[in-house]
Amino acid sequence: MMVEKTPKLDLFTYGALILGIIAVGFPILYAIIAATLSLEEVSRVPMSMIPGDQLFNNLHQAWTQGDLGTQLYNSFIMASGITLGKIIVSLFGAFSIVYFDYRLRSVAFAAVFCTLMLPVEVRILPTYEMAANLFGPLQGIWDALGLNSIVSWFAGHDIEVNLDFSLLDSYAGLILPLTASATCTFLFRQFFLTIPEELCEAAKMDGASPMTFFWRILLPLSKTNIAALVVIEFVYGWNQYLWPLLITTDPKMTTAVIGLKSLLPSPEDPPDWHIAMAGALIVMLPPVLVVIFMQRWFVKGLVEREK
Amino acid sequence: MIKKRSYFKSRSLPYLLILPQVLITLTFFYWPAVQGVVSSFQLSDPFGLYTKFVWFDNFIALFKDPLYLKSIATTLFFSGSVAFVSITFGLFLATMANRVLKVTTLTRTLLIWPYAIAPAISGILWLFLLHPSYGVVAIFIEDFLGIDWNPLLQSSHAMLMIVMASAWKNVSYNFVFFLAGLQAIPHSLIEAAAMDGASPFRRFWTITFPLLSPTMFFVTVMTIIFSFFESFGIIHAVTQGGPGGSTNILVYKVYQDGFIGLNLGSSSAQSVVLMSLIILITFLQFKYVERKVQYTG
Amino acid sequence: MSKMKCFWLIMAVTMMISFAGSAFAKPIEINWWHAMRGARGETVQKIVDGFNSSQSEYKVIPTYKGEYDEVVNAGVAAVRAGKQPHILQSFEVGTQTMMLSGAIYPVYQLMADKGYKIDWSRYLQPVLSYYMNADGNLMSMPFNSSTPVMYYNVELFKKAGIPMLSKDEPITWDEMGEITAKLVKSGVEGGMVTAWQSWTQVENYSAIQNLPFASKANGYEGLDTELQINNDKVINHIARLKSWMSDNRFYYGGQKYQGPKSEFIAQNAGIYIDSISGIAKLQAAATFDWDVAPLPVESWNKKPQNSIIGGASLWVFKGLPAKDYAGVAAFMNYLSGNGPQILWHKETGYFPITLGAYEQLKEEGYYKENPFQEVGIKQLTRQIPNKNSRGLRLGYFIQIRNIVNEELELVWNDSKTPQQAMDSAVARSNIKLREFERTYK
Repeated sequence: MMVEKTPKLDLFTYGALILGIIAVGFPILYAIIAATLSLEEVSRVPMSMIPGDQLFNNLHQAWTQGDLGTQLYNSFIMASGITLGKIIVSLFGAFSIVYFDYRLRSVAFAAVFCTLMLPVEVRILPTYEMAANLFGPLQGIWDALGLNSIVSWFAGHDIEVNLDFSLLDSYAGLILPLTASATCTFLFRQFFLTIPEELCEAAKMDGASPMTFFWRILLPLSKTNIAALVVIEFVYGWNQYLWPLLITTDPKMTTAVIGLKSLLPSPEDPPDWHIAMAGALIVMLPPVLVVIFMQRWFVKGLVEREK
Repeated sequence: MIKKRSYFKSRSLPYLLILPQVLITLTFFYWPAVQGVVSSFQLSDPFGLYTKFVWFDNFIALFKDPLYLKSIATTLFFSGSVAFVSITFGLFLATMANRVLKVTTLTRTLLIWPYAIAPAISGILWLFLLHPSYGVVAIFIEDFLGIDWNPLLQSSHAMLMIVMASAWKNVSYNFVFFLAGLQAIPHSLIEAAAMDGASPFRRFWTITFPLLSPTMFFVTVMTIIFSFFESFGIIHAVTQGGPGGSTNILVYKVYQDGFIGLNLGSSSAQSVVLMSLIILITFLQFKYVERKVQYTG
Repeated sequence: MSKMKCFWLIMAVTMMISFAGSAFAKPIEINWWHAMRGARGETVQKIVDGFNSSQSEYKVIPTYKGEYDEVVNAGVAAVRAGKQPHILQSFEVGTQTMMLSGAIYPVYQLMADKGYKIDWSRYLQPVLSYYMNADGNLMSMPFNSSTPVMYYNVELFKKAGIPMLSKDEPITWDEMGEITAKLVKSGVEGGMVTAWQSWTQVENYSAIQNLPFASKANGYEGLDTELQINNDKVINHIARLKSWMSDNRFYYGGQKYQGPKSEFIAQNAGIYIDSISGIAKLQAAATFDWDVAPLPVESWNKKPQNSIIGGASLWVFKGLPAKDYAGVAAFMNYLSGNGPQILWHKETGYFPITLGAYEQLKEEGYYKENPFQEVGIKQLTRQIPNKNSRGLRLGYFIQIRNIVNEELELVWNDSKTPQQAMDSAVARSNIKLREFERTYK
């Protein structure tokens, strides 16, 4: 888009870009170098900027010491679960809101969209209690109605009904509460509104059922949007911190981002930064790869989101 | 409300379709939110043996606590700084990248990836760089700038540390938006201005910048929301709110008081305040800032 | 008998048989949630294995549930959901909350109910006293207990011409000032550093100097307790440390990530105050000779009190099947036997909690070979614990400790004078204490 020739400005542009890339890349470059060094080399002040030969040793040690295999698996389940859950739920939700007319439509719309700007962090404590016993509210109603005595009378002896279903330390607990967000629904709604009316008309003329229209026409048209959301939500899910920190106490259920914390050298231990950095590289790799290889959709997703 | 002119008619299908969304929202959003509001009016022990309704006492205690007010100020300062730094750099890099179209994809690839890094990991990376005894950037600051770098005791150093870690993570996100926004600006406008003899800088301020304002608006909202909440991971990994509470932002305090301190009433009250604050900010942004924003097309 | 009735009878009999059969075949499982990671976790496993193989009726299953605060949280959530473990390890600052929770089965009662006649006088009193209620009954079983001591770098001391310190007689804080001055003069970067500043410099300082940390016997005698750390003596102590900062005789190593321990290991500081349980790790990391001495006392304090403990204890939750509790009691009894106590002490550095174990260790000559280990025990047992030194019993103590830490940091970075900081720590903590009192009324 060079409108006129401005050699000085061009030089400045390239210079600034290169500097910018270096500045942005420096922390990670430094981490990569640290991950190739030995404990002795990494503790030297200042640390050498020449890579060592310990990379595979360190990666291996981080892997076993942090039990990263299990945790990466958990992270993967969590991130995929959130992605899938959000996309499926919101596709149906947006379809219902855009393509049907029914009495409670506006109510449903408003109720769902109130959640748009409020992340899980602001309601973290009660959500945690909720997850600790999913049927807590039902139990309250049950007790309030005195249903225990009715059941006991019916059964002829004392029965106490305890509704109890805990999501702590489970994949459902990691995933479900984070799917309660309207961002995807909002996006799909915006997108569906831009789809020409004629498509729906034609489908109706052909006598297609709503669901046929959804599967045959709407879903294929939404492919790019779905791809974009897959990237965004996968990264979002993978990088969650506070929620998995609270909901899991069993080390076998914890996610990689949380598990990495245990590799950080505490004041008590020798400064094993080379292991910590190797671990960090392993844990950050999956989402970085997803973003880099799917950047076309990712950018589209972000820009769509803006509208 | 906007709706399609042509739609399907069905008695039960639309309800069935929206049911999962409504169920999840009710279970994991509304019920907890209501619970949170209720327990913000209560004093209760962690085991739930004693619960007492105390009206607004938890809120009064909060706003009487100078440290809580300080925490609000800290949060606003932190969010403002992160937004300023990451937006300025993001916009600058995007403008530069937009000038050299040939290598845009390459530059984008090289700049985009910090977006994918978890805030907690970003915190760890920066902790390593700025560690007072062996962080390379810390050594640079001490030796070349002659500053006695000590984030353990100096509030400003600790703040700088978490702002850096958060802004770094956000630059890439903002960059992508600005670049997309810049590329959407019609060439003809720029060319016309160039023919009128406007310098590149003048063109930027008079044409590009105003046209970019919707993006700017959106990016600001997103960055502030990020720094309000997602930065939890950074603070938890780097400063834990210290020294002397100087980096204790609101969301971290909720965690500290509620989960570590087991003070449920106060923590719930803090959540309610946080919720109100974020609603207020979003509202203000939409009401006052968005009005001045120019929308094209 | 109708066919139907016959069917039900058979069903009932088979169910009973299978139920009884499974009860015989499988030992009763006892869950224990703890916070012991790494080497300490391995020792926990060894102790548990010892118990499990000593009998076949019960099987203890230990589970690591994260750091202290995470374990307590897991316990709270589990109790609320009715899924509590039998035994939960809770850190000492959570004592008051656990005691008032209404969810626990006091250990003294459990042991008495199950027919164990325990002579509690044969336990280390300063350890027990931290977990006793106002009537002197033990509420939870002490597990890992330690106390702060002073580590010093022998080589740096020699270089600076400082004589070695006694393992029995504490030095005074005035002498500490002279020693640190000599250290700095001899070219060491700093004199002393301290870990866990609230625990070592305020809580233990007060106990040793026989000063109340809080009113109502440090909270033991009522929830209407108030902090009293803004007294002249504590403020003087803080002011003294602050004045030492100007010439590096004292410097602040941080609470968490940098760590005073790494400063000591890097020989940037000659003296380092920390828990006695840090010995094992120091032995692994330090490349120089070091030794241990009791914490300094004030020169006017001719009869220093015992120091107080830190660590955690084991709480038993109620509401589980009645038959399980005999197993819990058996395990508690096993745990306080000499074998497990000696193993625990040798491998982790935490105190043995019974005099029996301590005496046996002495007889074995263990302390002749490991004189470091005894410094803590002697400091802990040099007096009978009194109202100021038996422990601290405060609500929201986690937050109060955090407040004290914050206010101290504000002194170190020149934001507040010691007087202002301690006044503010007291005022802020008292608000928390009142809130706590109101909750439990």
